[in-house]
Amino acid sequence: MREALTLAGNRSVLTRANPLAKFAAVFLVTLVLALSIDWMSASVALVCELLVFPLAGLTFSLLWQRGWPLILAAAVGGWSTSILSPDSGRILLDVGLWSMSEGSLQLGLAFLLRGLAIALPAVLLMSCTDPTDLADALAQKARLPHRFVLGTLAAMRLVGLMAEEWQTIGMARRARGVGSRGNPWQRMRATLGQSFGLLVQAIRRATRLAVTMEARGFGGASRTWARVSTYSVLDVWVVLGGVLIAAGAVAAALWAGTWNMVWLQGS
Amino acid sequence: MPALHDGGVRPAAVTARGWGWRHAGRTKPAVHALDLEIRPGERVLLLGPSGAGKSTLLHALAGVLGDSDAGASSAGGSSADDAGTPDAGTRASDDADESGELLIDGAPPRSRRGRAGLMQQDPETQVVLSRLGDDVAFGAENLSVPRDEIWRRVHEALEDVGLAHLPLNHPTSSLSGGQKQRLALAGILAMRPGLILLDEPTANLDPAGVLEVRDAVGRCLDKTGATLVVVEHRVAAWKDLVDRIVVLQPGSAADGAVLIDGTPDEVLEQARGMLTAAGVWVPGYVPETRRRSSAGVPPSSGHNTGQLLLAAEKLAVSRERFRRRGFRSVPPEPVLRDVTVQVRAGEALTVTGPNGVGKSTFALTLAGLLPPVAGKVSATIELSGGAGIDPYKWRAEQLIARIGTVFQEPEHQFVTGRVLDELQFGPRHLGHGEERVDELLERLRLTHLVDANPYTLSGGEKRRLSVATVLAAHPQVLVLDEPTFGQDANTWAELASFLSELLDAGTAVVSVTHDEEFTHVLGGTELRLGPGLGINAPRPAEPTSEQTVT
Repeated sequence: MREALTLAGNRSVLTRANPLAKFAAVFLVTLVLALSIDWMSASVALVCELLVFPLAGLTFSLLWQRGWPLILAAAVGGWSTSILSPDSGRILLDVGLWSMSEGSLQLGLAFLLRGLAIALPAVLLMSCTDPTDLADALAQKARLPHRFVLGTLAAMRLVGLMAEEWQTIGMARRARGVGSRGNPWQRMRATLGQSFGLLVQAIRRATRLAVTMEARGFGGASRTWARVSTYSVLDVWVVLGGVLIAAGAVAAALWAGTWNMVWLQGS
Repeated sequence: MPALHDGGVRPAAVTARGWGWRHAGRTKPAVHALDLEIRPGERVLLLGPSGAGKSTLLHALAGVLGDSDAGASSAGGSSADDAGTPDAGTRASDDADESGELLIDGAPPRSRRGRAGLMQQDPETQVVLSRLGDDVAFGAENLSVPRDEIWRRVHEALEDVGLAHLPLNHPTSSLSGGQKQRLALAGILAMRPGLILLDEPTANLDPAGVLEVRDAVGRCLDKTGATLVVVEHRVAAWKDLVDRIVVLQPGSAADGAVLIDGTPDEVLEQARGMLTAAGVWVPGYVPETRRRSSAGVPPSSGHNTGQLLLAAEKLAVSRERFRRRGFRSVPPEPVLRDVTVQVRAGEALTVTGPNGVGKSTFALTLAGLLPPVAGKVSATIELSGGAGIDPYKWRAEQLIARIGTVFQEPEHQFVTGRVLDELQFGPRHLGHGEERVDELLERLRLTHLVDANPYTLSGGEKRRLSVATVLAAHPQVLVLDEPTFGQDANTWAELASFLSELLDAGTAVVSVTHDEEFTHVLGGTELRLGPGLGINAPRPAEPTSEQTVT
């Protein structure tokens, strides 16, 4: 959890891009994919995303480590769609209630690819964006209030600490005879007690951190920034890349005749 | 080094005239009628018993005590150990209240943003941002210092506190406690304050960390000439750095807040008896403690006499759990491996070693609270009584009746809202042993607090309570993690005496500690842990060398 807050060792090109540019690019791609359920636009986007991966310093094993729940969810979604959606075309599999036809398999595949193509940009964005840089960009470029942005950033550090604290409190309570094992009712009571302990510690910590920040002059109307959040030529490329992937996906789907607007379904 | 630019430090003067402060919701003032004059560049050590309002004064000078209606939210929590405790039980509904005046350079502290820099006790909350350089820059940014100037100051401040060897993007979470405090000092220095306020800056650090921070403070003061006000119980470490000691007393109606005021030598000479009675760690004073009666067995004699209760064999430990990598489950990298040690009835085992080496993790694993990464912990039949060999597999009730663990932070172990319930909790769960509660209350001087909320006790009371609650379940093995950290001399002596009694009564006591005096009082065996290995070395051990494990 605490390691997640820094980009240890990642020196890839995309870490140098402005977080807002990366956000814009990801937003564009995701938007297009959200519009249509078809395998063509999804696969084009997915292939392009996989090509961009090395630029974010990601490898397939890293991707699997960080994104496996998303990948698994996409696979399950695709599988259930192909089994449960109305059949059309040749029947490929028929086990009682469950049946899979060419049409439903195609839809399931589209679901799977679309799920992956929407999830991957998020993993990509997280892997190459330092929270501090993001906060700088949000406060300096997007003009969000700095007190809010920096307060959130400082609080995020504490979230990591809280994960450790949770473990410690759990052990400390076991040492008092409060078991976290047993029937569900006992476990729920133990968890509630532990949550209360954590809440007390979280408030203590947060109060002290707030004092520290206030004592360092935080909370004034204006401040300067030691790190400037800037846009560079790289950011133009990043946004352009997003536009190209999005446009490519739409064009390919239109060309293949698979473009299938979500809200036109069934009409 | 750049020439003294416009941001050069101008030492600040502090003036208090009849100043007093009462926290919101409290009936008694935390500070009452304080008259104090601190000249620019003076270095003052503030002493006084718990509840004398030392933290409150520091918070007020740092300008973070809030307005008269927000006082408790900004300072009440953080200074609860000190300022707020004596009357925590009695609550008034009204707002905080200020009287008299407190001035920095002739103006109220709140209007002097950046003139004073404050360092608190808990290193984790002294760090604001996740990258080293950013954290140092934070204060200067808030004071609207121009960018180029900020980075000049960042480099200079890191140089001054001895952290310049680390890259600016070094993750702050991987720093040791002493390094975090030095980082906090750098962040303060980058603001160029005329007044540096330190609220028990080294209470949570090991001996090496204490010196590290103390020396960094000394260097920075010599260079900038800033005024210093420091609150610290361990006088020996700070005595030579300050040129004045002021002893405060708890707010009372008649007298002023300042009890004694003078040079370190004068004050320590004049008020030695009073200070030691108040639990202050006066240099050269070791509190009287009870001796082990079974001193007939010299700790270094080599042959073990007590009944074997618990043994660790080739133990490797880590706080991390087995991690999921996709579908695979990967064991964590142990912080410490190959530790072999035996715990025997009536014998003390002290676990020592540099910060970050995994002492606490080892103790928690030994105590059946963490699963071993490799190797094993096994309880003999005398201890387990049929509950099985592996303490980690015991149910919670089985565990507390056999191995009791006292955590470093007492609050982590509080499970009820009343001192008496807290003590009866273990016996009630076990279904026996409630008769022992009164004896423990009496012995650890908690009888007058039975109805208090554990969270509102003072630091020393919390420590005594946490020891008592664990002992109420009558364990044969007691494991303590840094029991003497941040404790005043009185609590220290009580604790050491009490543990020596337990040892004589046949309890095995395992303590993780940096405290050499404490180790000495308990006697027994010392387990010195080094990075990546464990050796069960007999006492006496060589002095601790400064070492950080990353």
